[in-house]
Amino acid sequence: MSKTRFFDEMNGYGETTRALYAGVADWLKKTPADILATRRAQAELMFRRIGITFAVYGGNDDTERLIPFDIIPRIVSQSEWSALEIGLVQRVNALNMFLSDIYGAREILKAGVLPPDIIYRNAYFRPEMAGRRVPHDVWVHIAGIDLVRTGEGEFFVLEDNARTPSGVSYMLENREVMMRLMPDLFSAYRIAPVDNYADALLAALRSVAPTAARGEPTVVLLTPGQYNSAYYEHSFLADRLGIELVEGHDLSVREEVVYMKTTQGPKRVDVIYRRVDDDWIDPLSFNPDSALGVPGLMNAYYAGNVTITNAVGTGVADDKAIYSYMPEIVKFYTGQEAKLGNVQTWRCREPDAYKYVREHLDELVVKEVNGSGGYGMLVGPHATRADIDEFAKRLDADPANYIAQPTLALSTCPAFVDDSIAPRHVDLRPFVLTGANGVHVVPGGLTRVAMRAGSLVVNSSQGGGTKDTWIIEDTNSNEGA
Amino acid sequence: MLARTAENLYWLARYIERADFTARIIEVTARLAALPQNYRRSGGEWESALAAVGALNSFKASFSEATESNVVFFLTFDEANPSSIRRCLEQARINARTIRTALTAEMWQSINAGWLELKAMEEKRRGGEYSGADSIQPFLEFVKAVSLDFDGSSYRTMLRNDAYWFNRIGLYCERADNTARLMDVKYNVLLPKTEEVGGSLDYFQWTAILRAVSAQTAYHWVYRESVKPWLIADLLILRKEMPRSLAYCYDGLTRFLDSLGKAYGKQGLAQRHARNILRRIDSASMESIFQQGLHEFVTKFIEDNNRLGALIAEQYLHH
Repeated sequence: MSKTRFFDEMNGYGETTRALYAGVADWLKKTPADILATRRAQAELMFRRIGITFAVYGGNDDTERLIPFDIIPRIVSQSEWSALEIGLVQRVNALNMFLSDIYGAREILKAGVLPPDIIYRNAYFRPEMAGRRVPHDVWVHIAGIDLVRTGEGEFFVLEDNARTPSGVSYMLENREVMMRLMPDLFSAYRIAPVDNYADALLAALRSVAPTAARGEPTVVLLTPGQYNSAYYEHSFLADRLGIELVEGHDLSVREEVVYMKTTQGPKRVDVIYRRVDDDWIDPLSFNPDSALGVPGLMNAYYAGNVTITNAVGTGVADDKAIYSYMPEIVKFYTGQEAKLGNVQTWRCREPDAYKYVREHLDELVVKEVNGSGGYGMLVGPHATRADIDEFAKRLDADPANYIAQPTLALSTCPAFVDDSIAPRHVDLRPFVLTGANGVHVVPGGLTRVAMRAGSLVVNSSQGGGTKDTWIIEDTNSNEGA
Repeated sequence: MLARTAENLYWLARYIERADFTARIIEVTARLAALPQNYRRSGGEWESALAAVGALNSFKASFSEATESNVVFFLTFDEANPSSIRRCLEQARINARTIRTALTAEMWQSINAGWLELKAMEEKRRGGEYSGADSIQPFLEFVKAVSLDFDGSSYRTMLRNDAYWFNRIGLYCERADNTARLMDVKYNVLLPKTEEVGGSLDYFQWTAILRAVSAQTAYHWVYRESVKPWLIADLLILRKEMPRSLAYCYDGLTRFLDSLGKAYGKQGLAQRHARNILRRIDSASMESIFQQGLHEFVTKFIEDNNRLGALIAEQYLHH
């Protein structure tokens, strides 16, 4: 093997197979490419039959696409995972304390840790929530924290998804499909199960029901409907949780109480797991054109008669400008250094940083502070001159709207592409649940993989694929380093 | 109807249901056995699979160790095990051929096609082509599909007369036995001793029980809360909306036995016994069952259910 520039999940820097992957290496060696191709085709058929499709906005021909699934798993050892878990719990606790604070006493602004306009200028800051508390002070009930790895034991947070993170259905269904299709590979490993996620999620949602809820709380999942890109996931989760999948017009508000329309008349709703963004949730409070929302929902929410998860206003913590302050935010609220580091970030709002970014556009990744899904970003090393010039104009018009990061040496993992095995860049999104009884991370997550050679963009809207992610006991490996 | 025809119809349904249950048990056991050590109790998953299908003693007569490969072979292709899936399908086909004219074309074809496919798989296995962990999952899927096909064909194409009633009586009698055995093996993890949720070592045991009866989602729809062992017991014993519960099976059994009684103008001990069991289930609550002891309740149920089988045989099948 020749030495590689990027850390590879299976082969390190190319000198030797990491012990964790011995079973995979062995399996790949004895499985011919045509069998792998058959397995991949079977997996795709299973995904089609299950109905895990994804709608791409702006796509005109094939509106229901399959996210590419790679059959080679990504493996993380239990000890690596335990360290990540501690960092994730700390980070999500800090996010919740941060939200309680900026919608409350704003101590962090008083202490001068953050420039105030970074909050007030933020499009996702909800002044309506100022001075309000949410049950158990939990704002972000479900967080998807995007991690990247750059080397042995080196993980960094790339993004905090604190609004309505998606992808957990892939974490669960990828595992089911792998168990069915690759029992031979499974028998070489002991893998931490993920199928208790739905139970953990339901427990977290029930735990934050308003105190006004009588008896067993009624939880529903609010979806924008079947044309939403993540609709499969909404229906999948509602089914696993045994809760109703509702659309805006299934709900109504009377005297500040939310009801769903049932065959037996109105039924009171206590907790809404919404997969609709703040802007669309209540036409009376936010976007008046929204047909997806529930008129009067916010009044019921303010009255404490319904819990909305994630809380309204969490988008402010999801912002990439805030992200750059996360190490300070973690320190401020927990009194400890952040256990999970950030990727180096230049805030273009700061003149020196702006100047640096402007001069190094061809080397950097530049992102809008509240963009998502891989839209509105520039990947310098892969962009044409014209792309860069075009992007520079937008940047100059509003520098504070952008941050920049170095193009990371994202780790790769072997993937089966076309008819051979080749390294592709990956990230990892674990899902972190917070309820009245604390923070819980199901051991696993969604590994996203950039299916094009050399590409660093893993978003499914940009052609990224997924892999099953295995957390395995260290006894399977005798990795020294 | 010939007593012999009725007997074949009844056993045919039982064998197919048993094959289906065995396939399900292998599936969930493989899943449990693959969990990391800190997610399960001290092993013994495969012994408990054998116990759940009532084959522990016969297994011990021919194997010394309950390894995954031994147990899976014993329960799937082993010709020496009278309740292996292979033997169940073989016996079902023999029964079906014996009474070919009492079956609809669809029913016969589902059994016959299933048997031919199984023989083809067995040939490949002997040739070394179809073996190892890889082949088991597709095989189990196949077995479940055969049972779905047979059950659906019976439901859709049979006349609603005594032939259909014997088919259903066989099905529900076997299913009640299977559900009860599953609980009997797992009763120790179903006791309401702790309130802890999620963190319990038994969590994956509980969900395995639900998986075995395809009720993971059903559970959440019925109870709308996280998995609790006493609610699993409630679902599998008392809930009439659950198609594998003891209550549902006995609803079916009393109904179809009554249909027989009416059509033949004569009620007998089987009808009376089935109604007694149903009455006992209907008047029970989980509190009363746990007070009596879940194990005791289930053991008594299995005995009663066997007794019903014997009474049906006496009354209708062995004149």
